[in-house]
Amino acid sequence: MTIPSYTRADFQTDQEVRWCPGCGDYTILASVQAFLAELGRPREEFVFISGIGCSSRFPYYVNTYGMHSIHGRAPAIASGVAATRPDLSVWVITGDGDGLSIGGNHLIHALRRNVNLKILLFNNQIYGLTKGQYSPTSEVGKSTKSSPFGSVDYPFNPVSLALGAEASYVARTLDMDRKHTQAILESAYEHEGSAFIEIYQNCNVFNDKAFIQLTGKEERVHNRIDLEHGKPVVFDGGAKAVVLRNGEATVVDSSSVDPGAILVHDETRPDPSIAFALSRLSHGPYGPTPLGVFRKVSRPTYDGEVNAQVQAAKDKQGLGDLEKLIKSHGTWTVDESGVNGG
Amino acid sequence: MAEETATSDPASTPTETTDKIVVRFAGDSGDGMQLAGTRFTDASALFGNDLATLPSFPAEIRAPAGTLPGVSSFQVQIADYDILTAGDDPDCLVAMNPAALQKNLKDLRQGGTLIVNKDAFDERNLAKAGYEANPLEDESLAGFRVIEVPMDELTKEAVKDSGVSGRNVLRSKNFFALGLMAWLFHRPTEPTIEWVEKKFAKLPEVAAANTAAYRAGYNFGITTEATKTTFEVKPATLPPGTYTNVNGNTALAWGLVAASQKSGLPLFYGTYPITPASDILHELSRHKNFGVRTLQAEDEIAGIGSAIGAAFAGNLAVTGSSGPGIALKSESISLAFMLELPLIVINVQRGGPSTGLPTKPEQSDLLFSLYGRHGEAPLPILAVASPSEAFETAIEAVRIAVKYMTPVILLSDNYVANGSEPWKLPDLNAIPDIEVSFAEHPNGPNGTFLPYMRNVETFARPWAKPGTAGLEHRVGGLEKDAITGNVSYDPNNHQLMTDTRAWKVANIANDVPDIEVSGDEDAKVLVLGWGSTFGSIRAACNRTRRSGGKVASAHLRHLNPLPNNLGEVLASFDKILIPELNTGQLLKIIRAEFLIDATGLNKVAGEPFRVTEIEDKIQEMSA
Repeated sequence: MTIPSYTRADFQTDQEVRWCPGCGDYTILASVQAFLAELGRPREEFVFISGIGCSSRFPYYVNTYGMHSIHGRAPAIASGVAATRPDLSVWVITGDGDGLSIGGNHLIHALRRNVNLKILLFNNQIYGLTKGQYSPTSEVGKSTKSSPFGSVDYPFNPVSLALGAEASYVARTLDMDRKHTQAILESAYEHEGSAFIEIYQNCNVFNDKAFIQLTGKEERVHNRIDLEHGKPVVFDGGAKAVVLRNGEATVVDSSSVDPGAILVHDETRPDPSIAFALSRLSHGPYGPTPLGVFRKVSRPTYDGEVNAQVQAAKDKQGLGDLEKLIKSHGTWTVDESGVNGG
Repeated sequence: MAEETATSDPASTPTETTDKIVVRFAGDSGDGMQLAGTRFTDASALFGNDLATLPSFPAEIRAPAGTLPGVSSFQVQIADYDILTAGDDPDCLVAMNPAALQKNLKDLRQGGTLIVNKDAFDERNLAKAGYEANPLEDESLAGFRVIEVPMDELTKEAVKDSGVSGRNVLRSKNFFALGLMAWLFHRPTEPTIEWVEKKFAKLPEVAAANTAAYRAGYNFGITTEATKTTFEVKPATLPPGTYTNVNGNTALAWGLVAASQKSGLPLFYGTYPITPASDILHELSRHKNFGVRTLQAEDEIAGIGSAIGAAFAGNLAVTGSSGPGIALKSESISLAFMLELPLIVINVQRGGPSTGLPTKPEQSDLLFSLYGRHGEAPLPILAVASPSEAFETAIEAVRIAVKYMTPVILLSDNYVANGSEPWKLPDLNAIPDIEVSFAEHPNGPNGTFLPYMRNVETFARPWAKPGTAGLEHRVGGLEKDAITGNVSYDPNNHQLMTDTRAWKVANIANDVPDIEVSGDEDAKVLVLGWGSTFGSIRAACNRTRRSGGKVASAHLRHLNPLPNNLGEVLASFDKILIPELNTGQLLKIIRAEFLIDATGLNKVAGEPFRVTEIEDKIQEMSA
């Protein structure tokens, strides 16, 4: 079989993309399409499943198999595809409202089961499609149409949530950094099992510049922490570092600590405590915030185990015999005269 | 020697041969009455009787011991002829404690046999059951043949050498009662002993205790000549064939496995545990060597969600639940309808609304099945009439789902699901294959794939599995263009698609067999039924005709679309009687569809119809 040679255009559909001009979704779409084209895997082997919301229009614009389903349910639907078709690469597209509010339950259970799904959660910290209500990741005090006096809801930290839900792979990236996004997509694709990627995505209509601390030319220098496996966690041109104190990740001046005390990032660490501590450095993109892979550990996948059980049963019991099955509770026969023959 | 001869001959007590007998085992939910009833049933089935069962148990796992809410019972009718129900009034009642007696005595036929565990009738248990005086000591049981047995004491004595001790000793008393019943009704003992040995192979002391208690109960009957007569029910004369005893949930699960084999589609069952549907999951999860995959989801919505995903991926996808769970699935059923993917949605109905009566039968989800979705979303609906018939109905549901690319609702209920009856095994080779044709090639101009380009006969859209090159396409809940499947907000397109989807389902009527009328074509009254009332209705009609009356009956398997000849059939009778375990749901449909002034007989008491209830109504309407 020859490896198909694709360009980004092969993963575009004839459908007009209907996000607002300037929406971060465009950049993410371009990153995903470019990544898929580079992979060179046959296009028909990809399935994109989404829920409801702006991000969930995504499958209409990717020329693979796809389903735009209902609000919050994409991880459940995708689990049915992945569990029965290990030959496919199954992706979930969701948002902060879809994945963390109405669909929170499905998301955490897909992660805990380690279903072989690549879950991209576009976090814009607002409801866009319903036009501007606060979301489960909006900051406390946010003034929106549904919270004119400021939101009193305490927000989720999606990376912390995923780590708490036993996710085997957790990463965070940023819409406008296509290179970083593509690197994360590749690392997630290689991971066997659920991969959860939070993508900070700017909604320029209802929540513009929410990520300015990580995107602004000035701000990002001081705030963007790039997690790199095997390397000390330093940022701000090396001026700042992260150390562990009393189990908490803490930002310090690099010059104030022994270089040996700086946390060295290990994404493969079986225990998620340090990854969780890193996720608590910032409860949103409001100050020094880590991007990159928080956790990447190997654990049996749900679909792998399900299909192994099926295979083992076939090997051990032989292929199912329907005649035997319906006689398995014991039978008796009645002969032509209608008499029970026992 | 003389004594031994006497004790080894059950026939030393005179035997009365009868055509049928109704037996009810009743006790505390910890007393093992369901197990005793099932063993009595299986022994009777293997003996060759026709039979039907009615288990009844509390929704609580273990209500407080000795109380009225904690009573669990199992009724079985065995007969030497073809019977259809578990019977109305028991001829024999086993009451393991005062609460069981209090709750069940009202049903025991006058002059019937009552077996009580005397040891359980202490002051405390009597008080819990609400007795002011011990009924064994006054005249309140004078109308029955009472056999008082010190079951606790005798069981303790019987199992003393088995190796079980402490609280486990009395656990065998259901086997003592079962042994006594085996003697009283001439049941063969081997099937039960064999079952015990197999079931408890890993717990030899438990097997020994149960066998000892069972034999002790049997021998107690012989030695004490516990009754003046024992009863015998000869094997039934049934059509020739091989039979097994099966309940509705099991037969339904097997039907799905059969449909998987006949269609070549791997079976996927995505579900969430709920009474009384969970046994379908339990059964299917055992059959992985048939390629069956089961997913116990985090909730009802994920159960159907995973099934929708599996359907999209090319599997025979099934989800199952009961009323409350189906309500949660409602939005997803509409999605599956919009996606036009094959999906079986099983609803094992129970008493509602809300948590209602989780362990009791009711047929109150018919209108919910027809109309319980947002938007215009008609679906094919089938209902199971009896435990064994669930096999065939499941296959039929799958056939419709894949042929027409539509979700199908398959209704069962608690009575069918847990009730059992002998099933004449079908010739599996005679069951036709279920044709499935996945799209493999582009069907549009310039090598494009048009996911909504329909089959001209069935109006089904093509089913293209992910992994098929060149057929990449997107589906979704938004309205789709009638041909390309692209999102469309065009007014005319929405009208066309709404009409097309409705027409597709309505057109299935041409694929639905005509409804058959049983009984007297020239009768005044036709009894029309659906679902689990089949047995009660047919038995009531048989009784009416045996006593010289005339009546006809017809039973619907297909509730949407209805059989094409139904209107004609209904019009050919003066009066239509529709018995239902709801407040008149099919009645409403029949009146609306055919403008016929049909009469309802309705009951929502958490129990099936008594045959006499329907019989009396037939008589009243025939006058």
